[in-house]
Amino acid sequence: MLTIKNLEASIEGKQILKGLNLEIKPGEVHAIMGPNGSGKSTLASVLAGREDYEVTGGSVTFNDQDLLEMPAEERAREGLFLAFQYPVEIPGVSNMNFLKAAVGEIRKHKGLEPLSAKDFLKLVKEKSALVELDGQLANRAVNEGFSGGEKKRNEIFQMAMLEPSLAILDETDSGLDIDALRIVSEGVNALRSPERSFVVITHYQRLLDYIVPDFVHVLYKGKIVKSGTKELALELEERGYDWIKEETAQAGA
Amino acid sequence: MTSDDIIDEITNREYEFGFTTNIESDKAPAGLNEDIIRLISAKKNEPEWLLQWRLEAFAIWQKMTEPNWAHVSYVKPDFQAISYYAAPKKKAKLNSLDELDPELRKTMDKLGISLEEQKRLHGVAVDFVMDSVSVATSFKEKLGELGIIFCSMSEAIQEHPDLVKKYLGTVVPRTDNFYAALNSAVFTDGSFCYIPKGVKCPMELSTYFRINEGGTGQFERTLVVADEESYVSYLEGCTAPQRDENQLHAAVVELISMRDAEIKYSTVQNWYPGDKEGKGGVFNFVTKRGLCDGDRSKISWTQVETGSAITWKYPSCILKGDHSVGEFYSVAVTNNMQQADTGTKMLHIGRNTKSTIISKGISAGNSQNSYRGLVHINKSAQNARNFSQCDSLLMSDTCGAHTFPYIEIKNKTAKVEHEATTSKIGEDQIFYCLQRGLDEEQAISMIVNGYAKEVLNKLPMEFAVEAQKLLAISLEGSVG
Amino acid sequence: MEATVTITAKDKFLALVEQHEKLPHVVGARKVLSQLDMPNTRMEDWRYTRTGKIGTEDWKMATSKTNPDISSFLIPGLEAKHLVIVDGQYREDLSELKNLVGISIETTTLVNDEQHQYQHFFEALGAALITTRIQVDIAPHVEIKDKLHIIHVTTEHQVLSQPYITIDAGKSSKAHFVESFVSIGEHHAFTNRTLRIQVAENASFTLDKIQSETDAHYLMNEDRIHVAGDGRFTINTLTIDGGWVRNNLHISFGGQNAEANLHGIYLPRKKQHIDNHTLVDHRVPHCNSNELYKGLLNDHATGVFNGKVYVQPNAQKTNAFQSNANILLSDDAQMNTKPELEIYADDVKCSHGTTTGQLDEDALFYLKARGLGEESARRLLTSAFINDVLDKVENDNIRNYVVSQLITRELLIA
Repeated sequence: MLTIKNLEASIEGKQILKGLNLEIKPGEVHAIMGPNGSGKSTLASVLAGREDYEVTGGSVTFNDQDLLEMPAEERAREGLFLAFQYPVEIPGVSNMNFLKAAVGEIRKHKGLEPLSAKDFLKLVKEKSALVELDGQLANRAVNEGFSGGEKKRNEIFQMAMLEPSLAILDETDSGLDIDALRIVSEGVNALRSPERSFVVITHYQRLLDYIVPDFVHVLYKGKIVKSGTKELALELEERGYDWIKEETAQAGA
Repeated sequence: MTSDDIIDEITNREYEFGFTTNIESDKAPAGLNEDIIRLISAKKNEPEWLLQWRLEAFAIWQKMTEPNWAHVSYVKPDFQAISYYAAPKKKAKLNSLDELDPELRKTMDKLGISLEEQKRLHGVAVDFVMDSVSVATSFKEKLGELGIIFCSMSEAIQEHPDLVKKYLGTVVPRTDNFYAALNSAVFTDGSFCYIPKGVKCPMELSTYFRINEGGTGQFERTLVVADEESYVSYLEGCTAPQRDENQLHAAVVELISMRDAEIKYSTVQNWYPGDKEGKGGVFNFVTKRGLCDGDRSKISWTQVETGSAITWKYPSCILKGDHSVGEFYSVAVTNNMQQADTGTKMLHIGRNTKSTIISKGISAGNSQNSYRGLVHINKSAQNARNFSQCDSLLMSDTCGAHTFPYIEIKNKTAKVEHEATTSKIGEDQIFYCLQRGLDEEQAISMIVNGYAKEVLNKLPMEFAVEAQKLLAISLEGSVG
Repeated sequence: MEATVTITAKDKFLALVEQHEKLPHVVGARKVLSQLDMPNTRMEDWRYTRTGKIGTEDWKMATSKTNPDISSFLIPGLEAKHLVIVDGQYREDLSELKNLVGISIETTTLVNDEQHQYQHFFEALGAALITTRIQVDIAPHVEIKDKLHIIHVTTEHQVLSQPYITIDAGKSSKAHFVESFVSIGEHHAFTNRTLRIQVAENASFTLDKIQSETDAHYLMNEDRIHVAGDGRFTINTLTIDGGWVRNNLHISFGGQNAEANLHGIYLPRKKQHIDNHTLVDHRVPHCNSNELYKGLLNDHATGVFNGKVYVQPNAQKTNAFQSNANILLSDDAQMNTKPELEIYADDVKCSHGTTTGQLDEDALFYLKARGLGEESARRLLTSAFINDVLDKVENDNIRNYVVSQLITRELLIA
């Protein structure tokens, strides 16, 4: 589904990703962990097509297409979804109108008829229940005045509405208390399917107790330096990142 | 496509309502002197007192100079090159809308204000002012049953001279400013509305102003009087066809709200803004003022300004009655070479008076958009309250957004708060929308409409839809 | 009919300039002076400030040399050198400038300012007739240990003082100056002081201005500050007393990453009138300005705040914040405030906010319910109101000095 080869990217002249490789097949859940500043969020932004980042090398194919050639909205319509670490507030634009437009665009792209108002509302009701999102929030402006937990739940709700084939969760667990973490995770788990893949970016193992990954990768200094299964995450939780740093340093030497 | 490209594309859009109507016109020779004023007054068969009132205004005007404090620059109009009177020749007394000139009907259809449709869908009574003479008035009988007078100013002068004489010029005196004096001397028509005591007007009253005749000035005069405990919502919409020479519009609107009465006055203005180079377009120098005369009276101004080459407009409230309330909600969009200097004045005189100002400016292209507002708390205004929020959104690096609030406080019990922000349209907001599959044009449209929502929400439903459409035309192209 | 000749205020000032034509001056200022009108309320910049009374007096240059005791004007505990100007004249004998390392002071340097565009009559007057010329140079790469305290004292009736001070803060230098305006006795005086500061690249300059003159005083300050790239300028304008005060403060940026901080308090009482006009001119990208002014107005006092943030077309990434808050303490106090944003660049963050009201009645009641007397409750609230500006005064000795004056004024709690 997604193949990343030797990806290099920089922001304001500073190299962040330095030859990253990753292969994701349909239905897989990959966790990407790593210490602060290792390039986790950069990877998410580059995949989603944020223009601030400059891709300086490598390639990314998504469903046999060159992802890096597509503008951001095209990537979204092709089924790539980013749950933002810091969801932005858009004053005055109601969540409902926003989603209606987004769902409309994505359906149009897929060659589907627009949803009737009735069907759309039905879908909203169904999907918002997934993340226990208050019906009131759906009518408020996008993320405006939402608590941290509400913003993250809203991201998962949007994901449920847009039904992407690849979802990237960028530190979705940051700033969540234990109840919110459970709700968000259950929402994600409900969306797992043999066709849908996930990239879960997180600093802590905690989230992976709820969203159990098929693979765990450690990102350090812009590269994936270690890959394993969920046990790797537990080991990282126990031993921290220092041993990875040492290993990398030794390998480099 | 980057947001710059989109803004470029939008900037290239032509004025959608630029068409002229081929109706023979009865036009006075250009120039302004006492004879022209006598001609206007005679043509309209006016009483002697009004002619004298006009002549006095003319004398006042001649002693005045054009104001130059606004943040706009333009070539001053040649007041002797303007024709001060233009009436469609096929002037008809209509018994029903079917008798309307087919050309006029087409114009109205293009404007999307088909009378029947409006009648049927919204129950709106429309007083359509084409150039200077009111040609069609609807719903008159229904309003008549409630004692509501809603007619053209010319008709009011003939039919209700006492009311006109009592209130005309009481809120905006002839000496008020250069353009108000000019208007008082040469106004040709406009609307008059009187809501009797205790009557809540059951429908939105609506007037469409439209400048049609080339080289004519438009000097409308509107007077709305809401007697004690009454309520009226009044809508004013404006469009002008595309013309190369600048056209002058200097209207005067006076509102009087008595004890426990409320007037809600909404404007959607999309006069021709001129072309991309700033050629042509309407000069809109308007004086709008409301008097909250009695206790607990209320006046609320809502405006969506997308048109005109130059806008100079400050709908104001004189809060004289105790507990009276003034509100001003405004969205002003400028693009290309447009210049807008608009805002409000809230004059607190009575006790416990309250005012709210919400102003949202949007600047694009090479335009200049200024908010200018005055909050004055008089010594007598015990416990006055004001809250002002003035935001500016910038869409290009060649436009300007300016905020000039004047706050004068002479009573310590006042509580006055003013906030203003200026910022660029948020790139992270646009990216968020893109990531959800919207294109940049949709993203900008959505963000801009969201930004202006607080004001758009104050408009009556049918106007809000049109206003959103106008914002789209002015900024986002086909989106809407 | 016989024609009567009225001598206008402007005529009197022009005559004064003519009488003292030998005094230092800017040639251009003299040329333009006669073409400028005395400021009046029809001028947008003078809308709320009347100058008529200034014109009714017969101003003159200092005639005698008095020897005021300046010890009471020194700031206790402050390690400072002081430069004393009495009735507009520099007084070497009263100044203490020995061992001032890194700073050179010249009193004979000619003024080279022919290109300057004068905005109003008093500004031109200040350059057309200079009673004392001070040029201060701060050496590059030096951090000045001592504060330099410039003290303006007036002693004589109807004296016109027009010092013209220029400060060049060298590259990467760091300095902190204090300027105070005081008077001895109840005589009338008009001090029209011009100040020009050039803050060079990466230099840091702080000025604490303390204005505490008497009710019969007119004080006009014309400050023009230019901050070069990576430079930092901070000014605290603390107006404690004064019959008529007008502070014009223009700050412009000449290079990127420069910063300006403007803070002020004004506490007019009786019939005092205090007017702060500020202009921050963002001419280049990536500069920051922060402005906070607060006023407490009592008795029949009037206050004016006119703050303008001007962002020129190429000044992208500007951050400009402006805040003005006022409390009216009496029924007859008045405040006119006009915060302005004039913005010609799009990628900027600019905001202003202003509030005016009285002391929070609920808070007052709460404090009284906890046993505080009316007066101490009020004082506690006024203290809280102005403390965030006073906190911007970094030096403890200077802040304590101001605080002690405010305690005397019964505005702060001891």
